[in-house]
Amino acid sequence: MPDALLNMTGLDAHYGDFQALYGVDMHIDAGEVLAIIGANGAGKTTLMRAITGLLKSGPGQISHSGVDIGGLRADEIAMRGIAMVPEGRQLFPSLSVKENLMIGAQVGRNGPWSLDAVYDLFPILEERRDQQSTSLSGGQQQMVAIGRALMANPDLILFDEISLGLAPVIIKDIYKALPGIIGQGMSAIIVEQDITKALSVSSRVYCLQEGRVSLEGGSDTVSREDISRAYFGIE
Amino acid sequence: MDWLNAVVQGTLLGGLYALFAAGLSLIFGVMRLVNIAHGDLIVLAAYLGLTVTTATGMHPLLALVLVVPVMAAIGYALQRGLLNQTLGDDLLPPLLVTFGLSVIIQNALLEGYTADPQKLSAGALETASFGLGGLTLGVLPALTFAIAVVVIWGLQRVFYHTPLGRAFRAVSDNQDIAQLMGLNRRHIFGLAMALALAVTAVAGILLGIRTSFDPSIGGGRLIFGFEAVIIGGLGNLWGTLAGGVILGVAQTVGAKIDPGWQILSGHIAFLIILAVRPNGLFPRISA
Repeated sequence: MPDALLNMTGLDAHYGDFQALYGVDMHIDAGEVLAIIGANGAGKTTLMRAITGLLKSGPGQISHSGVDIGGLRADEIAMRGIAMVPEGRQLFPSLSVKENLMIGAQVGRNGPWSLDAVYDLFPILEERRDQQSTSLSGGQQQMVAIGRALMANPDLILFDEISLGLAPVIIKDIYKALPGIIGQGMSAIIVEQDITKALSVSSRVYCLQEGRVSLEGGSDTVSREDISRAYFGIE
Repeated sequence: MDWLNAVVQGTLLGGLYALFAAGLSLIFGVMRLVNIAHGDLIVLAAYLGLTVTTATGMHPLLALVLVVPVMAAIGYALQRGLLNQTLGDDLLPPLLVTFGLSVIIQNALLEGYTADPQKLSAGALETASFGLGGLTLGVLPALTFAIAVVVIWGLQRVFYHTPLGRAFRAVSDNQDIAQLMGLNRRHIFGLAMALALAVTAVAGILLGIRTSFDPSIGGGRLIFGFEAVIIGGLGNLWGTLAGGVILGVAQTVGAKIDPGWQILSGHIAFLIILAVRPNGLFPRISA
């Protein structure tokens, strides 16, 4: 698939002797929003770590804009324009809110996102810019984590369980902001346990089960039965 | 007046200890690396100063323009070439490797410069003094203290007001996520070690002007640096200066009581603070 922004072919991933992904084939096109669902331990976060280079993958297993990024270090992959909002937010505690956002821009890519643009999206962050990042509420921290990833002006942004541990009303707010974030030609991969949420914002969905792709389809065409079979592995 | 004199002289001496300690504090803060070879690197810097001054006839303080960049380059190469390989979840490998490095540096210095005590000659600066409110202060100790304050202020500035400092703190907080920001941690660690050894170069030259040195004295300087860091609190640079001053004052006051007690009283002050405040006086990280 030469047109795919990101292409994974036969992707394996290991933690020591433990194999977490088995020959995953997946692709995402430019401007597409992809949902990845799956139960705990299905390999969703492992997949994110492999794409961003935090987990080494073999040469030829992942390509970005036609270039093999399988053996690259995480910082080299970040420089190519892949950013992640990590699970659990993982802000830098010794950096202020503003510094957390600024460090996202460290990769030095040009694009629509700047400090002002992030403050426009989440005005509360401008008010809190000089606070210690970990002194914010969970929802506000998530805004910082999203803003930090946007500051890199990526062409692909990964959202890893962004609703985990947040109040439902906050989750609603964040999902309301999502189209404005990814409507600018950016591709996104959304990893969620909340299937309804994931399907509502995406155009295509993959389901992972025990490290393998168990379902692929359009977000509005896959049936509930298909999903529960792919999700739980029961007929 | 004698006691006040001891306290003031100890404070000034503390500046030198703070310079010994600043590099240690910095690299521990950024990469959790305890550098056992730090004292020997200070002595190495003093010997580099000796080589530069004898080869060119420069004043030792002027020799800093050569020794500082050379030590920084050594630091970067050392970190990228050797120490990065030892970093991981385990604190032991870097300890062992830097211990080995300490032995290697000491023996290389013995081979290259022999065991004879050496000194950097700074001319009139060594003995110059000035009166202040009834006390007589040496120009060199006062200058050393001033340099220590400026160096620590500068490091603090770099740490909290520059993109490089932001990168240092981010990598220190969370290496994985810092890499997602496009930071190559190996390079950042190299820069941190370069900065630490640049400070070490200043400390080494000032040490060499103040006292005579030989290849074996690194261990003692390491202990003073360690004690200053621990007293001040790990990862807090102004605390490190305070730690150096406390150590210096304890030593000079101890020496005032009995000249044989100088080193001992410094260690006792350190032990007391360690017993009362195990995290040091101004800890940055609570653990």
